[in-house]
Amino acid sequence: MNKTDTDNLLWQVTQFLWSEAAILDAKEYDAWLDLWQPEGLYILPIEDADDYAAVLNLCYDDDKMRRNRIKRFQDGFSISSAPPAITVRTLSRFVIDAVDGNTVVVSCGQHLVEDKFGRQRLWAANVRYTLTSTGSSFQIQEKVVRLLNSDGVLNSFSYLF
Amino acid sequence: MNQLIDAKNITLDPDKLVSHDKIATSMYSSLELFEQEQEKIFRKTWVWVAHASEVPDKGSFKLSKVGREPVIVVRDRKGNIHVMVNRCRHRAATVCEIHKGKTSSFQCPYHGWGYGLDGSLRALPYPEQYGDDFDKSQHGLLKLRTESYQGMIFATFNDDIEPLEDFLGAARKWIDLFMKQGGGFPVKTLGEHQFSVPMNWKVQLENTTDAYHFPIVHKSFLQSLDEEAEKTFTFLDGEGFVEDLGNGHSVMVMIPELVDLDADLDRKIPERFEALAQELRDEGYPEDQVRRIVRAVGGSGFNLNLFPNAACSMAFFRILTPVAVDRTDIRHIAIGMEGGPEAANRLRLRLHEHFQGPMGFGSPDDAEVWERIQRGVDGGAELPILVNRGIEKEFQGDAGPRGHVSDETGMRAAYAMWKRMMQE
Ligand code: FES
Ligand SMILES: [Fe+2]
Repeated sequence: MNKTDTDNLLWQVTQFLWSEAAILDAKEYDAWLDLWQPEGLYILPIEDADDYAAVLNLCYDDDKMRRNRIKRFQDGFSISSAPPAITVRTLSRFVIDAVDGNTVVVSCGQHLVEDKFGRQRLWAANVRYTLTSTGSSFQIQEKVVRLLNSDGVLNSFSYLF
Repeated sequence: MNQLIDAKNITLDPDKLVSHDKIATSMYSSLELFEQEQEKIFRKTWVWVAHASEVPDKGSFKLSKVGREPVIVVRDRKGNIHVMVNRCRHRAATVCEIHKGKTSSFQCPYHGWGYGLDGSLRALPYPEQYGDDFDKSQHGLLKLRTESYQGMIFATFNDDIEPLEDFLGAARKWIDLFMKQGGGFPVKTLGEHQFSVPMNWKVQLENTTDAYHFPIVHKSFLQSLDEEAEKTFTFLDGEGFVEDLGNGHSVMVMIPELVDLDADLDRKIPERFEALAQELRDEGYPEDQVRRIVRAVGGSGFNLNLFPNAACSMAFFRILTPVAVDRTDIRHIAIGMEGGPEAANRLRLRLHEHFQGPMGFGSPDDAEVWERIQRGVDGGAELPILVNRGIEKEFQGDAGPRGHVSDETGMRAAYAMWKRMMQE
């Protein structure tokens, strides 16, 4: 790719990921589910691994678990998510790691502040997306969110990263 | 029962703080009491520090806590396990800040004192200045008495305490049953979730023996299960029970048919484990072994609460660490089968992730209600916290008082031990 193509791709990817961030902060989870490929995996690892299925993660969601998780948030029976913490997140430091046909691998840094009971907590993460280009936009093939201190003592989360 | 507690005149007298049917609000909120608990409980009894599989090889170590005190659990060259305070004998720096790993020694980063795997002081730079009568053998890391049962490693600062096996007493039978989750293989840890909750440690201690909350707090988890599994976990109408096992320990049997995992192997395989069963058959495991492994993967049908900081909770170890009067760290350690089929261990991992930890479908709701308790005790200091559920109908079980699965028998057991230790 020449520089203009790379810049264009970076801009398209950035727009997509910012819109995903806005969807997650707004907790518009049905819209979020629509961003995914059915075989996509949403993973919050504890430690690095070649095969996350073989190790314990904070979350390892295929399509079914993702839908169950969203249903749990939406049905109103989960006391921790009724109401959930409010979040404000920013994603930046986008780097396109690889492009292969329709597939784009992009990494970025994320800061998220949550507020519940007037108590604010700050979380930071390295995030790696594997996206499939659909021409006009993208779909998520894989999203791996590696929180700082993911192998240490955390708190419980009533929202998604 | 509805008597108020004279909060103005509440002393630190354990007898006034704990009655058989209720405890005082300050049990969750008194800083002074919390400090006393560190001395009289966490320094005086057996505290769970690790599972043997967390330190599998010679030189393997793992950081842990006894109460608030940082300790290193390490296996030496002979295979013996040592637990020692993570604090240099020179001027107190921690000698290790890596959560787990392998080493041949521990070297203090400040002035370079070096310790062996057994905690003994091996060498120090420029020793001349200490004079001839400096005795290295008197300057090893502070060691705790260490004993194990079924791979569970406990340590204590109390040299006079009874042997671990006696302390566990009637709980041993339940530990033996719990370890059948190896499905014929040794039990090994598969990683852990850790999270901190703004609550007193005793709120967590109580919860492992609280079935009453399950259908309420975990409704959203239950709704995420298939019908058959949801039925299995709807146990308040069943034949379960809670029993006081002595020394503050208790067992809460939620699913009686899953107490002995080696029994009734010809029982129908639950739908959610059918795919695993088929995979194991395809791998060539004989049918009886398939059934044993599949049953083990589903976990035990009971919670064993071990005073003061551990639990064998259905399918994982739950370990609590008191951090402050209103802060407790929790470890949910996943377990699986050492050398067992990969597919079975993977399913164990997914089941653990489903309920446990910061993003589980269960733990966050638990954490929310525990925090609500800590927020609630800011009000109404004169109100009692009730632990009287089922007190009238309790009867003598195998080891001690036994009540309905939703009764607070296990909490009464823990608070009786709390009172005994705080009075000593
Ligand atoms: S504090 Fe450890 S060597 Fe000085
Ligand atoms: Fe719970």
